[in-house]
Amino acid sequence: MKRIKSHKIETGVSRRSVLKGTAAVAGVAAAGTLSGGFPTLWAQDIKDITVRTVGMAVSNMKPLEDMANEALDFTVRQTAAEIPAIQSRALTQPNSGDLFEPPYMLMKFMWPSGNFQAWDTTKLPEWDTVVDLYKAPGKIWPDAWFGDGQNPSTVAYTSGPDSTDFVEAGSTQWITNHPVLHNADTLGIRPDLIGRPIDSWAELVNPEFAGKAALVAFPQIGLMDAAQAFQGNGEIEYGDKGNMTREEIDYSIDRLIQLKNDGHWRVLWSTFNESVQLMVEGEVVIQSMWSPAVTAVREQGVPCIYQDLKEGYRSWTLGHLLPKHVEGKKLGAVYDYVTWYHSGPAGAFFARQGYYVVTPDNTQKHLPEAEWDFWFEGKPATVDIYSPFGKLMEKVGAVRDGGSYKNRMGRVAVWNSVMNENEYLTDRWNEFIAA
Amino acid sequence: MAAINAIFSRYATALQISPLLITLLFFLIGPVIVIVIISLWNFNGFMMVEGDWTFSNYIKLFSKNLTLDNYLQTLKMLAITLAITTVLGFTLAYFLVFDLIQLRTKLLLFLLCVVPFWTSGVIRMVAWLPFLGKEGIINQAVMAVGISDTPLEFLLFSEFAVFLSYIQIFTLFMMAPLFNVMARINRDLIEAAKDNGASGLQILMHVIIPLCKPGLAIGAIFVTALVASDFTAIRILSGAQVGTVMASMSNQIYNVQYPPASASAIVLLLAVLLIVGMIMRLVDVRKQL
Repeated sequence: MKRIKSHKIETGVSRRSVLKGTAAVAGVAAAGTLSGGFPTLWAQDIKDITVRTVGMAVSNMKPLEDMANEALDFTVRQTAAEIPAIQSRALTQPNSGDLFEPPYMLMKFMWPSGNFQAWDTTKLPEWDTVVDLYKAPGKIWPDAWFGDGQNPSTVAYTSGPDSTDFVEAGSTQWITNHPVLHNADTLGIRPDLIGRPIDSWAELVNPEFAGKAALVAFPQIGLMDAAQAFQGNGEIEYGDKGNMTREEIDYSIDRLIQLKNDGHWRVLWSTFNESVQLMVEGEVVIQSMWSPAVTAVREQGVPCIYQDLKEGYRSWTLGHLLPKHVEGKKLGAVYDYVTWYHSGPAGAFFARQGYYVVTPDNTQKHLPEAEWDFWFEGKPATVDIYSPFGKLMEKVGAVRDGGSYKNRMGRVAVWNSVMNENEYLTDRWNEFIAA
Repeated sequence: MAAINAIFSRYATALQISPLLITLLFFLIGPVIVIVIISLWNFNGFMMVEGDWTFSNYIKLFSKNLTLDNYLQTLKMLAITLAITTVLGFTLAYFLVFDLIQLRTKLLLFLLCVVPFWTSGVIRMVAWLPFLGKEGIINQAVMAVGISDTPLEFLLFSEFAVFLSYIQIFTLFMMAPLFNVMARINRDLIEAAKDNGASGLQILMHVIIPLCKPGLAIGAIFVTALVASDFTAIRILSGAQVGTVMASMSNQIYNVQYPPASASAIVLLLAVLLIVGMIMRLVDVRKQL
């Protein structure tokens, strides 16, 4: 009975066209279709709906929640959690949220669990504006790199609304998750303490930086950063850095252990704040880093560069997973929420933090041209650049690290991935920790 | 009315312990049973297969060299932490109980020991960074005084830093039960020993320490459980470069390997219970309290 209800919502006749109007109207329309298209009757009802999102702190925060609540008729409540908490909630208590926002690399764990329902792209008015990275052939632009590991397009589609499989991108109207935002990661460096140009991942394992280098402590990601370095160093050519063979894992871990014994790694960090502190205090001069962490270091007046490297970036993306328990009016609200999310204002909000919401064309409409040129085109700033929280980030003339959107997302060498040899990798990584 | 009273008095004990019993059942026994169940589910490298019962997670755990390394490391950390917290905890408790006379001073100083707990565990760890780091206060002092030309790197992201944090935090858990038992030692016993010509050391060895045994046992149980279950201090202060049982387990959980992590958790639980059992055999806590 309940499923029929939600089906009715999804097949609402005028839904698509109405949604293209304002999000507020859309929210009402979604519920309105239940009564045959008299939206206003349902305005009270939809007000009582609360959409609970569960994701990481980078994308679940008060200012965004406020923006959503201002734009939408129902209530949005965002909860920030660490990755292990997000994944265990999504896997073991899918009822505890209405939208889960895990990193894409976890899709192979999440989607086959059967806890989630597919999104119907024909009911997503913004879907056409989502970049091609999540569609066939998995390239954001025709000349972009496909990248090692789990390219987002490979886990984006499924065969039907209740399926748990992955199918070829673009072959159906059903997507496993709605992509949220992405970014490209590289090494953070202290240019003042290094004093020479850095242009390759190989520098991460350069003995020159013994005792001053750090790696992220998460096995999958740390190993891929190391792999970028070993391959950049010319010592090994991986078949697929994002899905290594046992031999490749062995080689990489043995090298990591050797470096550890040489005192190369000052630390393996596991939280954002640690990585910031390490750079500010000068404990390390070169390390795995996240983009906003580099900004946080600079905000403290310490020079730090998110270094563009010739081997390309390690990239990641987040997706909205829709639990099966969401149905009826709430399902309509959730569809409206993601529609709003990709309509532009949120894109502009995230752009000012250095992240790219997956609908850049809509972001552009909500970002002043000078800021668009700085954040997306890689041009020198013509105005002072402020963070969404009002902090001055860059003065006129500054250029964004790594340059344009195209230079970053077009040169993804490897995607954050869970390898087929995940279990073996974890064991060997733990040996590295214990060495 | 009389009948109700009779029933009530008959089941009084059961009623009195029921809140604690129910709490423990729901929040301790229940979750442990769930962990046991998951540890017996097959794990195909990506997903746990519900209802596919197997011992393979345990077999794999015991066939890895890593497991032994992890346990040796954990035991080493435990032994050293226990030794230092016992000496420190005993000395502090002794000072508070026997050297101070005013009750107000005793309580005030005892409360001071709790100050580190006013903030969260992670903050306590991160606070060590500006203190012990290469450009931290200690290293600046060391270089200013001329003890060393280069910063002492072993201070941070090392076993040393982990021990420092363990001792800072866990000494209280040793001190509190010792304070409790010491405060209840009958002063007449000490007077009697003195009258019989016992030296200060003899009083300590033959009167005070034996009477402190239950406190030592309870403190040791606390410290054992805390060291065995820590992964925050290991992660942050060793820079994730010390491999304990919990460090390995947390990486497994991060990589969504619940069944192997559950098996590891159960084995660790048994190991801790074994140690607690040994402590309880050495000291009959119930009899002496």
